[in-house]
Amino acid sequence: MPKTPLDGALVLIAAWGVIGLAGLLRPHSVRFVGRVLFPLSALCGLALAVVAARGVAAPAGHALLVVGLPDLPIHLRCDALACLFLLVLGAATAGISLFAGGYFRQGHGAAPGLLCLQYHMFLASMGCVLLADDAYAFMVAWESMALSSYFLVTTQHRLAEIRRAGFLYLLIAHLGAIAILLSFGVLQGGSWRFTFDSMRAAHLSAPWATVAFMLALLGFGAKAGLVPLHVWLPEAHPAAPSPVSALMSGVMLKTAVYGMLRVSFDLLGSPPWWWGLIALGAGLGSAFYGVIFSAVQTDMKRLLAWSSIENLGIIFAGLGLSIVFSGFRMGALAALALIAALYHCLNHAFMKSLLFLGTGAVLHATGERNLGRLGGLMRRMPWVAWLTLIGALAIAGLPPLNGFVSEWLLLQAFLFAGDVPRAFVDMLLPVGAAIVALCTALAGYAMVKFYGVIFLGQPREPALAEAEDAGLLERAGLVWLAAGCVALGVLPVQVIGMLDTVSRALLGTTLAAPAAHWWLLAPAAARGASYGPLVFLLVAALVIVLTLLAVRLLYHRRVRRAPPWDCGYVRLDARMQDSAEGFGQPIRHIFQPFFLIRRELPSAFDRLPRYHMEVGDRIWRYAYEPVGQLVRRVADLVAVLQQGRISTYLMYSFVTLLVLLGVVL
Amino acid sequence: MSTLHLATQALEIGAAIGTAPLFVGWVNQCRAWLQNRRAPSLLLPYRGIRKLFHKDAVLAERASALFRVTPYMVFGAMVLVAAIIPSMGTRLPLTIAADSIALVGLLATARMFMSLAAMDIGTAFGTLGARREMMVGFLAEPALLMVIFVAALISQTTSLAAIAEHLSSQRLALYPSLAFTAVAFTLVLLAENARIPVDNPATHLELTMIHEAMLLEYSARHLALLEWAAALKLFNYACIGIALFVPWGVATGSQGPAGLLVSVPALALKLAAAGAGLALIETVSAKLRVFRAPELMATAFLFAVLGLLVHLLLGA
Repeated sequence: MPKTPLDGALVLIAAWGVIGLAGLLRPHSVRFVGRVLFPLSALCGLALAVVAARGVAAPAGHALLVVGLPDLPIHLRCDALACLFLLVLGAATAGISLFAGGYFRQGHGAAPGLLCLQYHMFLASMGCVLLADDAYAFMVAWESMALSSYFLVTTQHRLAEIRRAGFLYLLIAHLGAIAILLSFGVLQGGSWRFTFDSMRAAHLSAPWATVAFMLALLGFGAKAGLVPLHVWLPEAHPAAPSPVSALMSGVMLKTAVYGMLRVSFDLLGSPPWWWGLIALGAGLGSAFYGVIFSAVQTDMKRLLAWSSIENLGIIFAGLGLSIVFSGFRMGALAALALIAALYHCLNHAFMKSLLFLGTGAVLHATGERNLGRLGGLMRRMPWVAWLTLIGALAIAGLPPLNGFVSEWLLLQAFLFAGDVPRAFVDMLLPVGAAIVALCTALAGYAMVKFYGVIFLGQPREPALAEAEDAGLLERAGLVWLAAGCVALGVLPVQVIGMLDTVSRALLGTTLAAPAAHWWLLAPAAARGASYGPLVFLLVAALVIVLTLLAVRLLYHRRVRRAPPWDCGYVRLDARMQDSAEGFGQPIRHIFQPFFLIRRELPSAFDRLPRYHMEVGDRIWRYAYEPVGQLVRRVADLVAVLQQGRISTYLMYSFVTLLVLLGVVL
Repeated sequence: MSTLHLATQALEIGAAIGTAPLFVGWVNQCRAWLQNRRAPSLLLPYRGIRKLFHKDAVLAERASALFRVTPYMVFGAMVLVAAIIPSMGTRLPLTIAADSIALVGLLATARMFMSLAAMDIGTAFGTLGARREMMVGFLAEPALLMVIFVAALISQTTSLAAIAEHLSSQRLALYPSLAFTAVAFTLVLLAENARIPVDNPATHLELTMIHEAMLLEYSARHLALLEWAAALKLFNYACIGIALFVPWGVATGSQGPAGLLVSVPALALKLAAAGAGLALIETVSAKLRVFRAPELMATAFLFAVLGLLVHLLLGA
């Protein structure tokens, strides 16, 4: 029996590795891989969540693994922050692996056993990222995380579009990795020792510390999908099989948040306030940009991927706010903002995984990702529909589900900033609160579109009438994640108690008043602001049940079924409903300057009128494409040298030698 | 938590549920007077609701369970909203469970359920109404939050009851920031309650309607509940406005039961004035095209931000 959280986590991560390798025993057996290995992996995830939850309050544990290169042992460390993210990893994986057990079937590109190996390598490398305590181990784990997920993204590598998405992902992941590497290079501060301990001890001058922070923001921001480094995310996440999309969005993006927290609060020590302002701006910008693009998408997985950009933006906004407050030595508020960001990490892991898995079930049942060909699935797939509804309501930030709790905490942090010494920061912060409010409301819009078009209304294709509900394992996975959304929403005080421990470890400060009662959330009790979701839920349920009973007892419960009325129009068909494009129209209209819209309208005389519209990303068009063209042009110039004849290359060598001789002599 | 507080809470919920249709009747009556029509009875909304409850419900064949539970959800949400607004007294047991941000969240929950139910049958009008409702909603919600933030910053709390208590204990003075936000709030109220510049409660002209388009497939008791919920929503908005901008007279708990003797008539007077004002605004303004509604909401949002900046600059 492992003694410390670190040992427990290591054992479970190793178990994931073993499960992955076991997939190679019978790589083509869906039964063995799906019914045995994946449920086992879910069990490991659950165990990891338990170990990590108990480890948050425990003192940090160290370990030294003497493997790897000579003289470079792997340093591991498991502190409160790492435990929290291990908890996210374990808890989300428990649901995702269960679902994956029912999801991977024959005929999905690679053999199930191979997918199982890549999947578990991905899980194990994420675990190692969180435990690493020196730059080498961190980078190795970070890169294996990127590579294993690259192979998972390109599962269906026969499609050119998916190869392209995979390439873009790999490219940006490496740009990010270089930035992180350089950041560690600055952080060692001349000691040339790359353990995190020596980085903590190094005293950087202010400009170098800023360089390290900016490089880290660039590197981890690229992984988190912050605008303008977001372009890979809406390509790569939808390309992967749904459980992998769920892992990438729900868990992998959080490792970027972890890295950012590790660098800015732990390795750099006390960040100055204006760094926070930069992170806050980047976060809010990404949140807004992500959510408006999410609302105009027509592919259900892309819609969710853009929504991930929004959510990570909100997390980074909370992180930035926390840096601002801690820079001004406002401890309780810094803790509040940090807790809001961490809470949102937990929430997003559950709700985004739930939604991605929901789309996976829909994809399996219908073979369609395009919103324009879905609809009316609530009647055919009630389990998936109702469970996804919980995720959709949660991500729209509605009480009493979990999305609302983190939004509430973040708004509280924004609102009570009152005493910030700089007047202009003081003025900016409430405007930040307004942007958060706008993003949440827009997320509601996107979710009504997502849910309404997929599950409600009439089926837009005849084939949808044969769709089948998810299987048992898939349902179990969805139920676990949905239950997490509800539990995190209804019992926030217990979770915040744990997050407070992380805040104490990281910032050295805690909330002013962590908990008034076990059911009442009142982080700033002196201000009289409180939120009791359990009471809220009970009263709401009571009112609804009483209304229902009153209507039934006082009147009657007679119901007659009839065709829809639709203002008396009888020949109603499925094409009269809003399409996904139609539902996004108000957003395109209102936020037009942000989109690159290409429209083909039919002329009045067309025999077969066709309406076509594409919404493009201006950042891609005006920032990435020119750079891509420049690279190609330079490559073309270099290509002049490449003749493909040995004699030419020999001549190059000869000329080079001559020139060098000339230089030397 | 004393008996008095519980009694106030119960009285508030009962009064809101009971008199919300009366408030709608009053607005309609004022509007009829202003427009030189013969006024309908004050009790007409009650009769309409009663009639609907007695009818047999006709459901579309495709309607899912979501469609059937939505009226109860929306009604329940509105009752809960009514329970947290300090309209008569500020010492309400339920206000600790939900502050003003949760209140805005509740309104958003009701809106989202409404829109989803409207999309459930899959008619052209339903989805159109849902889309427009969400469009107005995503613009109005941040504006409403900004309005509340200004009041929250002035009184240093987000609890609506505490805000009302703080503002009512101040001496009568003009807060420039609150003046700006009052304009913003009025615009939000008009948009969120499907009143004239944005929507028309009296029209069934399909191309222009928002709220009515979402209700088209509902009948009988479901429709009655939704109509009642709409009346409650208007009542609630009026009460939020009163609590934020003219809270004087509200029972703050120090006066004992006597406080209610003042606050209940005061609330009735304020509501009567608010209803008359609403009728006046609706009479003198014309319906906007749907495209222009976002501009109106953007104006509301900017007014609220302006109020916020004024508060931060002047501290008032």
